[in-house]
Amino acid sequence: MDALLEVSGLSLSFGGLKVLNGLDLAVGKGAIASLIGPNGAGKTSVFNCLTGFYRPSSGSIRLAGQRINGLAPHRITRLGMARTFQNLRLFRELSAIENVMAGRHCRTRAGALDAILETPRHRREERAIRAQAERWLAFVGIPEVSEQMAGTLPYGHQRRVEWARALATEPSLLLLDEPGAGLNSAEKAELVGLVRRVRDELDVSVLLIEHDMGLVMQVSEHITVLDYGRKIAEGDAAAVQSDPRVIEAYLGREEDAL
Amino acid sequence: MSEAAVRLGRPGWSIRRALGVVVLLAALAAVPGFANNYYLEVLSEAWFYVLLCLGLNIVVGFAGLLDLGYAAFFAVGAYTAGIVTLRLGLSFWLSLPISVVAASIAGVIIGGPTLRLRSDYLAIVTLGFGEMVRISVRNLAVTGGASGLVGIERPTLFGYHLDSIGAYYYVFLLLAVLGVVASHRLENSRIGRAWKYVRSDEDAARAMGINHAMVKLAAYILGAIFAAIGGCFYAAKMTAISPETFTFNQSLLILLGVVLGGRGKIPGVILGALVIVIFPELFRDVGSMRMLVFAISLLLIMLFRPAGIWPEKWR
Ligand SMILES: Nc1ncnc2c1ncn2[C@@H]1O[C@H](COP(=O)(O)OP(=O)(O)OP(=O)(O)O)[C@@H](O)[C@H]1O
Ligand SMILES: [Mg+2]
Repeated sequence: MDALLEVSGLSLSFGGLKVLNGLDLAVGKGAIASLIGPNGAGKTSVFNCLTGFYRPSSGSIRLAGQRINGLAPHRITRLGMARTFQNLRLFRELSAIENVMAGRHCRTRAGALDAILETPRHRREERAIRAQAERWLAFVGIPEVSEQMAGTLPYGHQRRVEWARALATEPSLLLLDEPGAGLNSAEKAELVGLVRRVRDELDVSVLLIEHDMGLVMQVSEHITVLDYGRKIAEGDAAAVQSDPRVIEAYLGREEDAL
Repeated sequence: MSEAAVRLGRPGWSIRRALGVVVLLAALAAVPGFANNYYLEVLSEAWFYVLLCLGLNIVVGFAGLLDLGYAAFFAVGAYTAGIVTLRLGLSFWLSLPISVVAASIAGVIIGGPTLRLRSDYLAIVTLGFGEMVRISVRNLAVTGGASGLVGIERPTLFGYHLDSIGAYYYVFLLLAVLGVVASHRLENSRIGRAWKYVRSDEDAARAMGINHAMVKLAAYILGAIFAAIGGCFYAAKMTAISPETFTFNQSLLILLGVVLGGRGKIPGVILGALVIVIFPELFRDVGSMRMLVFAISLLLIMLFRPAGIWPEKWR
C-alpha cells in the first residue's frame, strides 16, 4: 500500500501534560481510515498537528512523501490536506455559498489590483469560483441553500456546508473530526454514502475521527485506536473490536465515569 | 443558474439603481453652479472624509481589525505632497505614486507587528504609531517642524489650474466616487471575502488555505493608500499643512464616522462620514455648546443603533 500520509513518532505536550506519545500512523492512497479512542485520548490533537495548528514536540509528518511539520496551516491546506472541525467552525454570518467559496481561495490568484480594475482575469476567476462552489454544494446534496446565511441552517446542513468547504480546496486527504456527531440515523447513512463517494468519485483519501462505532465499522477499512496519546491497536474492524486492550480502554474509562 | 445567483453575480445592479446613481451624481456635479463657497467648503470636506472613512472601513469594517492611528496615513500623503513639491521642486502629480509607495511601507510597518496581537494590544500599538508619526513630523526639519509646510503649490490638470474651492469640490467628489467603486469591487472580490473569513473565524480561514497575516497586511496597506491619496489632495487644497491636523482626535473622528454609519457597509460608512462633517456645522449656531450637542447626538445614536445607523447584516 502506497502511503499518502505517514506519521512517525509524533509527540505533543502542553506544559507537563503529554497529549501524544510517539504515535505512528499511516493512511494509504485511496483509503478510508478511522482514528478512534475514548474522550480526551488525543484524536483532535492529532488533527491539529497534521494541519499545522499545533506544533508537535517531536516526530515527523509526511504528506505524499513531503515533510510538512512546521508548516503553517494555510501552506498545508495548499499541499492537499483539508479538514473539518469537531465543533462546527463555519463563517456563520456569511451565506452557504460564500463559505464554500473560501475553499477556492488557495486555488485562485486574483489580487487587490485585479479586483479594483475588474480585469478580465478577475471576472473569469470570480465566475469560476462561484460555479465551483455551487457544484460542491450540489455534491454534498444541498444546492438549494446556497444563498442562506450559514448560521441559520439546520445543523445537518451546516455540517454539509463544512464538508463542501473542505472539498472545495481540492484535497488529496480529507480529515473529518466527528462528522457524525449530532446527526440522526438517516443523516448518518447519507454520511456513509458521502464518504464513499468522496473516495470513489473524487479519489480523495479520508481519515475520520468518530465516536459512533457502527459508523466507523461500516465505513472504514483501517482503524487506529488511541488511548492517552498512544496507539493501542490497529487493523480492520473485526481485529480492533476483538482486541482486549481496546475493550479495556473503553470499558475501563466508562467505569471511571461511573 | 438560479435567479439569486444572477442577482449576486453583480451585486445589486438593477437598471433602476444605475439610473438613481446617475441622477445623484449629476445633481452633486451641479452643486457648484448655485452653492456659495461656505457650502462648497463643507461639502468638499464631507467628500474628503467619505474617502478617509472608506479607507479605514477596509481595516475596521471588512477585516475587523482595529486602527486608532489612521490619521498617520493621511499625514503620510499630505507630507509626501508637501515634500515633493516644496523640497524637491517636482510636480504635484508625482506625489501620488510616491505617497502610494510610502503609505504601503507605513501600512507594512503598522500592520507587521500588529498581526499577532489581540485587539486590546492592537489599540495601543496603532495609537502609538499614529502619535509616533505626528511627533516625527513635528520634529524633523524636512517636514517643517511644528509650523509645518507652507506655500504648497496647487497643481494643474490639463492646463487647468486647480485653485478654486469649486475645483476641489470636484476633486474630492471624484475621489469619493472612486473610493466607493474601489471599496465595492474589493468587497466582492477574492481578497474582500478573505477579509470577511478572517474576521469571522481566523482558524477556519487558515484551515481553508488563507494566509491570515498577508490578508490582514493587505487591509492595512489598502486602507493606508486611500488615506495617502486623500492626503495629497488635502495638501494641495490647503497649501499649508501642520502636525496638529494629524492628531489622535483626527484618527478618532474618522473611526467614529466608520463605526457610526455601520462598519463594513459602504452606504453606512458614507452616511457616517457625512454625519461627522455636517453635524457640527448644523449646530454652529449653538456656539460653544455645539460639540456637546454633537457628542450627545452620537451617544443617542450609539445607544439606539449600536451596529451603526445603516449596518451590515453581520453582528
Ligand atoms: N490547546 C490545548 N492546551 C492544553 N491542553 C490541550 C489542548 N488541546 C488539547 N489538550 C488536551 O489534550 C488532551 C486530548 O485532547 P483532544 O481534544 O485531542 O482529545 P480527543 O481525543 O479529540 O477527545 P474528544 O473525543 O473529547 O474530542 C485533553 O486532555 C485535552 O485537555
Ligand atoms: Mg476531539
